Amino acid sequence: MTNVGYVLTGWLLTAVVLAGYWLRLTIRIRRAERLDDQS
Amino acid sequence: MLFKPVVRRALGWAALIALIALALFGLWGAPPDGYQGDAQRLMYLHVPAAWIAYFAFAITAIASALWLWPRTRATVWDRVAGSSAELGVMFTALTLILGSLWGRPIWGAWWAWDARLVTTAVLFFLYLGYLALRRVPASPDARAKRSAIAALIAFADVPIVHFSVEWWRTLHQQASVFDPAHKTNITGVMAFTLWLGVLAFTLLYIYLLDRRYLLAALEDNFDARQLDQAIKERQAGAGTPGPAPVGQSESEIGR
Amino acid sequence: MAGKDLRIEARSRVTIRQIIPFGLITLVLFAFALDPDRGILRHVAPGLFWITILLALLLAISRAYSIESDNGATDSLRMSGLDPSGIFLGKAIAIAVELMLLEIVLAVGVVVLFNVSIASIGFLVLTALAATVGLAAIGTLYGVLASGLRVRETLVPVLLLPVVAPILLGATRAWEAAIDGSVSDGWPWIGILVVSAMLFTAIGMLGFGSLLEES
Repeated sequence: MTNVGYVLTGWLLTAVVLAGYWLRLTIRIRRAERLDDQS
Repeated sequence: MLFKPVVRRALGWAALIALIALALFGLWGAPPDGYQGDAQRLMYLHVPAAWIAYFAFAITAIASALWLWPRTRATVWDRVAGSSAELGVMFTALTLILGSLWGRPIWGAWWAWDARLVTTAVLFFLYLGYLALRRVPASPDARAKRSAIAALIAFADVPIVHFSVEWWRTLHQQASVFDPAHKTNITGVMAFTLWLGVLAFTLLYIYLLDRRYLLAALEDNFDARQLDQAIKERQAGAGTPGPAPVGQSESEIGR
Repeated sequence: MAGKDLRIEARSRVTIRQIIPFGLITLVLFAFALDPDRGILRHVAPGLFWITILLALLLAISRAYSIESDNGATDSLRMSGLDPSGIFLGKAIAIAVELMLLEIVLAVGVVVLFNVSIASIGFLVLTALAATVGLAAIGTLYGVLASGLRVRETLVPVLLLPVVAPILLGATRAWEAAIDGSVSDGWPWIGILVVSAMLFTAIGMLGFGSLLEES
């Protein structure tokens, strides 16, 4: 594969960013829901 | 929240499956390009990311307008606007980074001052500012009003930016080694993969929008309850009865 | 309204004592940064000029809105019964006048310090007018949007600077044309400046009132 480095970096970075965003969102939602249930 | 749980979960899975399929086709199923080699594979992410970013900002503009228009004003529009803008900024950042990663092997440079790149960069900063504005502590209405106006100014500015930058760069076109790769005629498996990318990212966007919206609603409710609590405490301290707590009608998030 | 802001200005002389020196020292700093002996300064003079103006605009906006909020006068302004678009125009005109004063001084500074000779002064002035109207209008609007917020001074730049990028672009290119004498190249840029000015003035007049309520 030509330019493997760039291609893999791009795909990996995208996966990390998207997964990371989703994860952060999910964690924040769970925390907020817990606070909501407490009230 | 925007969708029923069953719809939301289906969306999430569909997005995930589409993304996995995209990875399979993008990294393996589709052949390398004649001119660009395997660097082409970055386009399967970069182009869909760009389209979804623009789409997200358009949604923000529409939602902002709907909020500003008195007859359609509703909290839901403010939350959609904010959520969509955050997604838009994320996808724009991805677009820029992937574009750089593509540009380095193809052009030999991480960046080029060409119209599309510059406009995308300005777009990124426009909405980054919008997000900063939304984080300033304020009453929901004040926040919504300021954000909506800022969003519409940003949106109105985009064509001016685009046109002026394009005019600027066509005047200064040095020998264009920059193959307008976005316009390359791709067919067959490559075209299919690109559309698969658009589908996957669209599904992902809609799913994330729903989730981000939920978070916005939960956080707004939490803030409203904090405010009520503070008011009650102050009244208890002062010994005076006050107006009824503000937050009770806010629990409209219906799960 | 413009009269009031300008009168306060004339009495306190902040523009003269602080914003204009700020502009001049910035020009001098550019010479430190860019080495006058390599002939760069003359080429980039229009760009440096307009960036300095943008930075001064941020100061001017900050000033315009602290006049009221420092003295708690915002509430009385809101309830004065004055037409909000009138208030908007007044504040915008005051900022525009301050900017134009600065522009005159800095233009002389650029000619003197950066060794620039201008072929078409009329075109230069026309450009400056069109650009200044747009800058003052959108600056006034973002000023009221952020007024009363503690983060006003750092928020306004983040919001304003990307939006005025086309004005910077158009003004710089048009000034380059004015300096070369290739005025015909400059007209499209004036077009962009005028469109921006009209758009921002319209948005300002429409949005100012409802933003004033929140401040």
